[in-house]
Amino acid sequence: MLVLNCPYCGLDKDETELSAGGEAHLKRFGPGSSDEDFEGYLFERTNPKGLHFERWRCAFGCGKWFHAARCTATLEVFGTYKAQTLEPPKVIKDVITTKRPGWSWRNFS
Amino acid sequence: MSVRLANQGRLIDRMRPLSFSFNGQKMQGYHGDTLAASLLANDQMLMGRSFKYHRPRGVVASGAEEPNALMNLGSEGHFEPNARATTTETFEGLLATSQNHFPSLEFDIGAVNSKLARFLPTGFYYKMFIHPRSFWKHIYEPIIRKSAGLGKAPKARDADKYEHYYHHCEVLVVGGGIAGLQAAESAAAAGVRVMLVEQTAHWGGRAPVDGVIIDGAPADEWIKSTIAKLSSMTNVVVRNRTQGSGIYDHGYALAYERVADHTPRDQRPRHRLWRVRCKQIVTATGAIERPLSFARNDIPGVMLASAVRDYLVNYGVSAGDRTVVVTNNDDAYRTALFLKSAGLDVPAIIDARAEGGGELMAQAIAAGIRVETGRGIAKVKGGKRVTAVSLCAQVGEGSEIEEIPCDVVAMSGGWSPVVHLWSHCGGKLFWDDAKAMFRPDVNKPPIGSNGEGFVIVAGIASGHLRSAEVIQDAGQAGLTAAELVGGKKAKDTKLPDAQDAKEAAMEPVWLMPHGASYKLRSKAWLDFQNDVKVSDVQLAAQEGFESVEHAKRYTTLGMATDQGKLSNINGLATLSEALNSDIPSIGTTTFRPPYTPISMASLAGEARGELFQPVRKTPMHNWHDAHGADWEPVGGWRRPYAYIQNSETVDQAVHREVINTRENLGILDASTLGKIIVKGPDAGKFLDMMYTNMMSNLKPGRCRYGLMCSENGFLTDDGVVARVDEQTWLCHTTSGGADRIHTHMEEWLQTEWWDWKVWVVNVTEQLAQVAVVGPNARKVLEKLGGMDLSTKTLPFMAWADGEIGGFSCRAYRISFSGELSYEIAIPANRGLDFWKMVVEAGAEFGINPYGTECLHILRAEKGFIMIGDETDGTVIPQDLGLSWAVSEKKR
Repeated sequence: MLVLNCPYCGLDKDETELSAGGEAHLKRFGPGSSDEDFEGYLFERTNPKGLHFERWRCAFGCGKWFHAARCTATLEVFGTYKAQTLEPPKVIKDVITTKRPGWSWRNFS
Repeated sequence: MSVRLANQGRLIDRMRPLSFSFNGQKMQGYHGDTLAASLLANDQMLMGRSFKYHRPRGVVASGAEEPNALMNLGSEGHFEPNARATTTETFEGLLATSQNHFPSLEFDIGAVNSKLARFLPTGFYYKMFIHPRSFWKHIYEPIIRKSAGLGKAPKARDADKYEHYYHHCEVLVVGGGIAGLQAAESAAAAGVRVMLVEQTAHWGGRAPVDGVIIDGAPADEWIKSTIAKLSSMTNVVVRNRTQGSGIYDHGYALAYERVADHTPRDQRPRHRLWRVRCKQIVTATGAIERPLSFARNDIPGVMLASAVRDYLVNYGVSAGDRTVVVTNNDDAYRTALFLKSAGLDVPAIIDARAEGGGELMAQAIAAGIRVETGRGIAKVKGGKRVTAVSLCAQVGEGSEIEEIPCDVVAMSGGWSPVVHLWSHCGGKLFWDDAKAMFRPDVNKPPIGSNGEGFVIVAGIASGHLRSAEVIQDAGQAGLTAAELVGGKKAKDTKLPDAQDAKEAAMEPVWLMPHGASYKLRSKAWLDFQNDVKVSDVQLAAQEGFESVEHAKRYTTLGMATDQGKLSNINGLATLSEALNSDIPSIGTTTFRPPYTPISMASLAGEARGELFQPVRKTPMHNWHDAHGADWEPVGGWRRPYAYIQNSETVDQAVHREVINTRENLGILDASTLGKIIVKGPDAGKFLDMMYTNMMSNLKPGRCRYGLMCSENGFLTDDGVVARVDEQTWLCHTTSGGADRIHTHMEEWLQTEWWDWKVWVVNVTEQLAQVAVVGPNARKVLEKLGGMDLSTKTLPFMAWADGEIGGFSCRAYRISFSGELSYEIAIPANRGLDFWKMVVEAGAEFGINPYGTECLHILRAEKGFIMIGDETDGTVIPQDLGLSWAVSEKKR
């Protein structure tokens, strides 16, 4: 029963108020892409023990999608941020660097 | 025999006697008793039968850890199986029966299993029932099913009510012993919101039973004043009969309050589940005494030393006349001293330690009790009740030195901190060799969202056995918790002074005697409820089940309803010795919530019957109900399946509706169809992405049928899309799909094309929609007058705004039946009036309302698909011959 802060509402939300949306920062490969790229986009997901970037929706609140950076092992939350971005904002990356020096996730580090 | 003494009993009210029934026999007890205490007071030591061998079993413990004394309580709608007699408060009229025996508790045919024990070794089921394979279904499985389970499953619907409470506080303190009270007091003094819960009906835990002195007076006085003070504070909530059952992520906890178990049918909810959100949790959960593993340690009358003391001091019940105490630590001496001072006989204290104990041993000797050090029990004698024990050297193989007659054996193998709650959410443990116990590793607590620990363990639960240490530790825990959540620093931090006897070190004893023969080991029980013995765990190790998790499942050690509260540590110590390994490297099994079983009904709370799920109703719902609707649930809605007239069957009604709609005129409540407005400069471009066909080139005033697929091409929804104006579309979805499709559109707009200018609104419940269907459809609408509905003005797949019979509406000339059909949308609040008007006007054209089954037949006859019937999440449009609805550009 996680608690995540919705960056739109600005409120701490109980997990029951949210819905999970899987891995964040997927790059969409649509029409015209190669089979490999399309397959990767549809099916290939990381399942790390440790730092992870996830999509969440404030389903029973404002209805907005946001992203969360958290540790799947300790459940520590490094931060949440609005979904309209292609990569984690610097402030989030800085927090992670402080707490997990030398981190990397997919092509972010 | 076990009896009620003339005095003693700090928890019972002798002015309030009550009667209850056990196995149909009327018995007497007192207000304040537990059922186990009441039964003992009536000389009912035999309380159940074990699971596998059906051996006679008496009560062992006095609290939540009890493995044997499981009861069926109540009857019919108030029936509950597997209730522990030790945690059930006795009340007037209580109805209890024992379990797992046939024909009776005294004589049980199943006890033959005990004679066959050597043919029923560990893993018997796995080894026996695998061959021949064909025997499984008709021979083995029915037999196993019959013998599985302890209590009977309730048959009647639960007649009680249950509820949930949501509670927010800064600090939750679990456990109302002296540690919990002190922790709560220290935290509350800092001004933060505190909740304190205690699983029993009483505050103070074991301190009064252990004779602890606080601030120069018996602990009871300090307990009374402290709980009074806490109860009067506005920032503190205290709840007894409330167990902190589980700790979950980020400071979420469940507390299980047994509100009215002891006052049934007084109109209050029976159980209340507290869903607590807090910042810090202090677990002051105390400790559980360990049994000792000696031969025939399961004979009724062999009890934990602490339980014998509890029954005496708390309930004024003597478990027997002659109690032999057997121990590896000093605490059990207290039991001997209390018994002696109550005038009961203690023939001997058998202390496995060569040197014996400290201060308390000296007191026992001074009281004239015989103390045998370096000795153990070779075997217990007796059948349904202890008659004697045979004394042996602890270091030997179990040669009998002497037989000591007795009717109770009070055993103590030391104390195990209750680390369950600490461990639920990932708190780690370490093995303290000196104290021979797993203790919480305070450097590895459960982690909260900020990366810091959110559970603090206090008192005995943390491994502090002396009362002075307990108070200090708990006070510090309360202060720390409050400080971490922003409490102010308290000025007066002087903690009360607690005193108890000095104790000599305990000495771990995992088998008694240490070199016990196979014959003795195969009668030395570890898990009383599931019948697992020392020899079973040794066999599991020998057969290669070396991981503690594997050995647990192979032997079923700790898998009964008590979840190994008594057996775990002894079991894994036995395993570690069998593997020549040390205890820390064996580790423990995983502790999972809840701490003890909690009622399923409490988890459901109010969500039963009508409150299970809100029912969505269309504006015409009550009309349907009054006209014979046979209801069907559809996506949270109720829709008429058919309208039953006179004495016809549902089947006949459906047939009538189909024929009438094909030949005359039908009317359908289509309000449940999803209606989503998509608007904005990029709305057309967006809908081209949503649907398999093109929507951007649809002309205003026209409709188009569209399919929606998931990213991997599977059909998820369909419906008719109407273009309203240059920048506005209205998308119809399936009845069950409106919320899902709205969410789906929002997801793409928010997370992929957030720079597109599109606005999406779900207006499903703003509009009522009425389908007028059949050869006479136009006739009835033209009769009502208003807008021009001719084929020329409103051709197939067109829509127009206008007025019909004085109602502002939007008319769609679309069909889901193959018949001439108009779907008329009106504001929801006019829906019923419009419906009634059409029904009245349609009488002369043979109008009949029709339900969902008729709709299905009509659409199937025409070859239209239904999402969820023809699709299952793995169907693509081409599978259904719908290639025509997939844009050429998108194939």
